[in-house]
Amino acid sequence: MNVHADLFIDVGSIDDVPMRGSRIVRAPGGDIALFKSTDGAIFALRDSCPHKGGPLSQGIVHGRSVTCPLHNWIIDLESGRAQGADHGCTNVIGLRIEGDRILLDSSSLSAAAA
Amino acid sequence: MTEKLVVIGNGMAAGRVLEHVFERDADRYSVTMFGAEPRVNYNRILLSPVLSGEKDFADIITHDEAWYADHNIRLRSGVSVVSIDRAARTVTDSSGAVTPYDKLLIATGSSPFIIPVPGHDLPGIVTYRDLDDVNAMLAAAEKGGCAVVIGGGLLGLEAAAGLAVRGMKVTIVHLMPHLMERQLDAAAGYLLKGAMESRGVEVCIKANTKAIIAQDGKVSGVQLEDGRVLPADLVVMAVGIRPNAALGKAAGLNVNRGILVDDEMGTSDPAVFCVGECVEHRGQCYGLVAPLFEMAKVVAARLTDDPEPRYEGSAVSTKLKVTGVDLFSAGDFAEGDDRQDIVLRDAARGIYKRLVLKDDRLIGAVMYGDTIDGSYFFDLIKTGADVSSLRDSLIFGQSFAGGANADPNAAVAALADSAEICGCNGVCKGAIVGAIASKGLTDVGGVRTHTKASASCGSCTGLVEQLLAICLGDSFQKADVEPMCGCTDLGHDDVRRLIVARELKTIPQVMQELEWKTSCGCAKCRPALNYYLICDWPTEYEDDSQSRFINERVHANIQKDGTYSVVPRMWGGMTSIKELRAIADVAEKFAIPAVKVTGGQRIDLLGVKKEDLPAVWADLNNAGMVSGAAYAKGLRTVKTCVGTDWCRFGTQDSTGLGIRIEKFMWGSWTPAKVKMAVSGCPRNCSEATCKDVGVICVDSGYEIHFAGAAGLHVRQTDLLCKVATEDECLETIVALTQLYREQGRYLERMYKWSRRVGLETIRTQIVDDEPRRKALYDRFVISQKTSQVDPWAERVAGKEAYEFNPLKLVIAEAAE
Ligand code: SRM
Ligand SMILES: Cc1cc2nc3c(=O)[nH]c(=O)nc-3n(C[C@H](O)[C@H](O)[C@H](O)COP(=O)(O)OP(=O)(O)OC[C@H]3O[C@@H](n4cnc5c(N)ncnc54)[C@H](O)[C@@H]3O)c2cc1C
Ligand code: SF4
Ligand code: FES
Repeated sequence: MNVHADLFIDVGSIDDVPMRGSRIVRAPGGDIALFKSTDGAIFALRDSCPHKGGPLSQGIVHGRSVTCPLHNWIIDLESGRAQGADHGCTNVIGLRIEGDRILLDSSSLSAAAA
Repeated sequence: MTEKLVVIGNGMAAGRVLEHVFERDADRYSVTMFGAEPRVNYNRILLSPVLSGEKDFADIITHDEAWYADHNIRLRSGVSVVSIDRAARTVTDSSGAVTPYDKLLIATGSSPFIIPVPGHDLPGIVTYRDLDDVNAMLAAAEKGGCAVVIGGGLLGLEAAAGLAVRGMKVTIVHLMPHLMERQLDAAAGYLLKGAMESRGVEVCIKANTKAIIAQDGKVSGVQLEDGRVLPADLVVMAVGIRPNAALGKAAGLNVNRGILVDDEMGTSDPAVFCVGECVEHRGQCYGLVAPLFEMAKVVAARLTDDPEPRYEGSAVSTKLKVTGVDLFSAGDFAEGDDRQDIVLRDAARGIYKRLVLKDDRLIGAVMYGDTIDGSYFFDLIKTGADVSSLRDSLIFGQSFAGGANADPNAAVAALADSAEICGCNGVCKGAIVGAIASKGLTDVGGVRTHTKASASCGSCTGLVEQLLAICLGDSFQKADVEPMCGCTDLGHDDVRRLIVARELKTIPQVMQELEWKTSCGCAKCRPALNYYLICDWPTEYEDDSQSRFINERVHANIQKDGTYSVVPRMWGGMTSIKELRAIADVAEKFAIPAVKVTGGQRIDLLGVKKEDLPAVWADLNNAGMVSGAAYAKGLRTVKTCVGTDWCRFGTQDSTGLGIRIEKFMWGSWTPAKVKMAVSGCPRNCSEATCKDVGVICVDSGYEIHFAGAAGLHVRQTDLLCKVATEDECLETIVALTQLYREQGRYLERMYKWSRRVGLETIRTQIVDDEPRRKALYDRFVISQKTSQVDPWAERVAGKEAYEFNPLKLVIAEAAE
């Protein structure tokens, strides 16, 4: 088994992320945005819009998308990809849910991953 | 020689395994069964009917004494196993006795989770898992009084409904925005809340329990995070379950959340099997019986050396067992761009159905009010059949599906002539079809005039259109009202009208009653609905912060680098040494990079870090300043000039009037931003004639102008009227703003509203119709009672603190 695969860091409880809202995790490699959609699913993306780096964590969450607060690009939470006519992609961060805990892939949190 | 099978746990899964084992080979094992509960095995899911009085315990027993005797099972009821020695193949129980085994079956189920708030261990708190809990609840209900049920999931709701039937006054406290959020979407959650309330159960959503309070060593109340205290003689905690895996873990089995099993239901020890809620299979722990029964079949096969059956996980469906509430959910109904929703809402009958499709297959279903097709849909989910050919009529269920060429109008065409189309005016299909033919009607307007159908609440407009389409064929063209967004066919005005007419007071209620096509709206309609509801129900509606743009959510303006700007109010553009000093101190203390005088006569602090916002506001609050709402679809600035105080041309106290207006009107939410100004003379140094509302003071009084703009479009104001006194001036401006608040479409600036409804119409209502003006003024005053709360002070006091703090800081070493 790949040793690194197990390096997941507990960053909090799913209840800490508001429904249709977001929280950030501050990491050496840059902020990570955690989102919770209406159905309770959790997603993690780098908190930076593919357009001009807007903080996606500050957007409105609808369905499984978030609308960037700066110029309204719509980013798919699952793939990190911009929807519609816009092109670009934000990194998706490896994530695991154990019970009510959220675990993030540590390799994407380090400074080297930035 | 028979082998020794020891079973730990005398519950639903274990009982089922043994039945299958005996069917396969009645003589193979001599069985010893330990059950912590001091009784025989019973159907746990029927505890709710026992609680509500619809059944007795005797009715729900699944395996009576005779069954154990017939199968020579040594039942050790009331005895728990405390440890397993896998090397010696023995178990030790609570009496200290040691029992050997050849095969061991662990079926310990799960335990209710207790939230560790202060007071969680007081007498008077029960969970909901077994007969003892039901008996404790029944004993409490005998005495009457209040019960608080923490948790609005399946168990919490069943407990609440049962206790209400038993005569207690019940309140459900639920953390999430809607009930049963794991099984239902917001729309169905809203209907369910109504159903619980109609049973006398009060429902507090988004309510977080802070502590349980005691009096005389016994529970007396539940304190919520927001400070409310709910009286309680009984508290039921139904917030979730946790697999009982500790015994397995202590014995060295592989355990994660539950005891890990593979597709053969094997654990990491070939002599040990595990079944039921204590199991984790492919990352899943289950809390319903259907998967346990499927697992039981496989375990029984393994115990009798049949290698064939395998367990590959289960799709689950949920029904709520509250009499009179029909609710069904199955599969995955999360939203996603690769998924499509089919939604059917029949507001009059309280029906909501939603199907979720992915790649032409049904993957999830939520139904409320009419669940007849539950098993049909569940079957389609489990088999993964291609439903593309059924798609148009799928939502109507089995009786409709598969009809040759499913036509979307077919359901309406199939209605009898006597079927009622317009519930408000009692107009049936025959009358409408007749009028279309005899009067030669071609549009909804015509049908409204001649039959009254769709003339009241308008929710049958869609049906009327379908009837027109059926009668007229392709020649019928729908009227093109521009819909609010893709989630509805209704335009802003219809939605606003219906919110008031039908007293719709929450976003899920609007979406249900007005038959929204999506389950939770989009970034266009949600902020609009949030505004309409605040405007129409100022004292009742609870703001939904997640339906607001970030600036209005955190009460500051987001900047291009993700920092924020902070603009405190400077009433009428006046400031003081104290305010300037406080601003300077704040800028220095928080190293705020830019301080700028804005075009709105006040000072902007730019580049504030988000997590510093509450502390910055606290300092500004201490100097007496409140939020300038520079971010709001609401009242922004009231610019003034120096007026009679100083200016040699000033005719009135323009500064004083500006300050008075701003102090009276700050905090109000409006369809789009509202900027005002007061100039002391027609030289107009505060640029009043390009504002939403502007006052030009003259010797004889005040000219009130409105509908100007100087942004993307530059537009000079229109003169509304001239008044003699400051009081009349304020009354007129307030009434004008309220009319705009009630009629404006979300994001429609005042000048666009005025262009749409017409200057004369506005003048008639505000200037000529005094009672109306006064009524508008009064409504504004009422809404200000709940709006004039400084959002900064609220956040300094801790409201929505999560917005401003990172969930976690990961330090460098941890991440490397
Ligand atoms: C700070 C300020 C510029 C300045 O440094 O002076 C400013 C800054 C912004 N303006 Fe403005 N406007 C400012 C006065 C104005 C004025 C002048 C006035 O109010 O007298 C106008 C023209 C008057 C008018 O509104 O008609 C003005 C017309 C706009 C518009 C165009 C509105 C329109 O309907 O055409 C926008 C865009 C919008 O609202 O969609 C806008 C939007 C913005 C936003 C909020 C852009 C945004 O969406 O992020 C800027 C926010 C920066 C920030 O974080 O502070 N700003 N903006 C002024 C703040 C005034 C205040 O104290 O609150
Ligand atoms: C009120 C209520 C309503 C429900 N309604 C539904 C429903 O409508 N539909 C549905 O599908 N599911 C429902 N469920 C869930 C369903 O009852 C469970 O999924 C099912 O009972 C789990 O079976 P199990 O055998 O794994 O655990 P259990 O039935 O809990 O059996 C485990 C038994 O093991 C005993 N035990 C634990 N540890 C030890 C030990 N160390 N030694 C000896 N004995 C031990 C426990 O006391 C318990 O009796 C409901 C549950 C409750 C409480
Ligand atoms: S004029 Fe444009 S750039 Fe300047 S503050 Fe207003 S919106 Fe921003
Ligand atoms: S930075 Fe996100 S849309 Fe421009």
